[in-house]
Amino acid sequence: MERETRLVQGNQAIAEGAIYAGARFYAGYPITPSSEIAEECSKLLPKVGGVYMQMEDEIASIAAMVGASLAGAKSFTATSGPGFSLMQENLGLAVMGEVPCVIINVQRAGPSTGLATKPAQSDVMQVRWGRHGDQSIIALSPATVEECFTLTVKAFNFAEKYRVPVVLAADEIVAHMRENLSYPAPGELEIVDRKKPSVSPEEYKPFLPEDDDIAPLAAYGSEYVFHVTSSMHGYDGYSNNNPANAEWRVAQLHRKIERYRDEIVMTKTFDTEDMDILLIAFGATTRAARAAALQAREMGIKAGVLQLLTIWPFPDKEIAALGPRIKTVVVPEMNYSGQVAGEVQRVLGPNIEIRRVNRYNGTIITPKDILKVINKE
Amino acid sequence: MKDKYEIIMAGSGGQGLVSCGIILAEAAIIEGQNAVQTQSYGIASRGGFSKSEVVISRNEIIFQQVQEPDVVLALTEQAMEMYATIESKIPVFYDTTLLKTRVGDNLYGYPFTELASKLGHVGTANIIALGAMVTKTDMVQIESLAQALKRRFSGKVAEMNIKALNTGVKLVKNNN
Repeated sequence: MERETRLVQGNQAIAEGAIYAGARFYAGYPITPSSEIAEECSKLLPKVGGVYMQMEDEIASIAAMVGASLAGAKSFTATSGPGFSLMQENLGLAVMGEVPCVIINVQRAGPSTGLATKPAQSDVMQVRWGRHGDQSIIALSPATVEECFTLTVKAFNFAEKYRVPVVLAADEIVAHMRENLSYPAPGELEIVDRKKPSVSPEEYKPFLPEDDDIAPLAAYGSEYVFHVTSSMHGYDGYSNNNPANAEWRVAQLHRKIERYRDEIVMTKTFDTEDMDILLIAFGATTRAARAAALQAREMGIKAGVLQLLTIWPFPDKEIAALGPRIKTVVVPEMNYSGQVAGEVQRVLGPNIEIRRVNRYNGTIITPKDILKVINKE
Repeated sequence: MKDKYEIIMAGSGGQGLVSCGIILAEAAIIEGQNAVQTQSYGIASRGGFSKSEVVISRNEIIFQQVQEPDVVLALTEQAMEMYATIESKIPVFYDTTLLKTRVGDNLYGYPFTELASKLGHVGTANIIALGAMVTKTDMVQIESLAQALKRRFSGKVAEMNIKALNTGVKLVKNNN
């Protein structure tokens, strides 16, 4: 089937990617720069028999999403910094309840309400650690409109396969950018659906994993009646304060992501075969990094780029593998503290030079900004 | 024809600069080219500095924004101040209805807003300007722009926009 090419905005591609992945429930509270996702969903979901709900706030939005997912619908919500902060509590519930769902966080400049219409990549650590309690999370970050579509499909697939919430950490640049998107034909991309119980309703234990470390998930409202709580629980879903159970459960929540990290962690490399300097980038900043690396090569500097499509779990292995080839790493990111640069330093150790390129005033990082740092002696 | 064109359209919120960029990018895609359109604006929907950028290329567009513009449209004094003295002497189009007239070999002042009023809708000034810029630079074909306008608008609105586009084309053709 031939692909159709159109000029599409990143936010629109996210909404369309979600529907392609099978999403049929969206609950949200519009906020710049994610509002077009809500707008698109309000138009598109009713056409495919889905439900769009505008909620009173972000807390209700994520709560509705968790409920809809437990009732069997592939569900998602979209927001930006201030709304993402409000969602943390129920995102923790989704982790603990092992509820498949997708949260789109289109990052904008903060702190707090900050610069509402301007881009940032400053929620990297909030995405990872925003919830209390020790838990793991999967987060993906698109650099192009095409990746907005395909990574949203991936986000739903991971959510469904591993019974986890997945964050798509986009940024204002890629979300508001329009570029040509060649739409995958129906059936072209793999779509994963959650595992259903194979036992009778009487025997069903909603939190008893099978050999693959994933527990099948029945739907609320079906003949399978079960309990989900944010408190520590046993296989049957009811509260259980036994230390052995708690120890097993916390490890299990981490283990199911650790076990599949090679499937989850996605990166792309550009000109890394023959390089002295490595640029590590994610989200829209990847594009400035790639342009800078090409311009550096024209000047005789051998530069390569590693793009992190998955930012959590962090691509330790992929970065470490490139370590022996380089003396210097450059990490451009739209935040003050170098949230990804710090992780890169952790992976590569103190003996490698990490040059940071940070921008936190609401304007973008340009290839020129990066070149300046590449050229610094 | 160049491999890559970078276009900046700057002015104030509500002047249709983002729509203008979208239509240009759509025209490029109709021709099988790649296009990226980006924008920068404040929290107000009307007023305040607004900028729309388009990059058109037959190759993959790696960096999404303009690095060295090939052509600029300025619809406010603030925007004109930013680009009128640009070193590379690329064509800078501006609206003489809204801005004071300036002298310079690379400066192309036309009364876009006045012409749009005469056509019947002041809101078509951006399309007149687009017609003029595209005629000057050959970034895309005028037929592709017309097709993009027909996809976006219908009936009388489409007709008026096509008229506006042709008005812009004539402005440059008759002045060369």
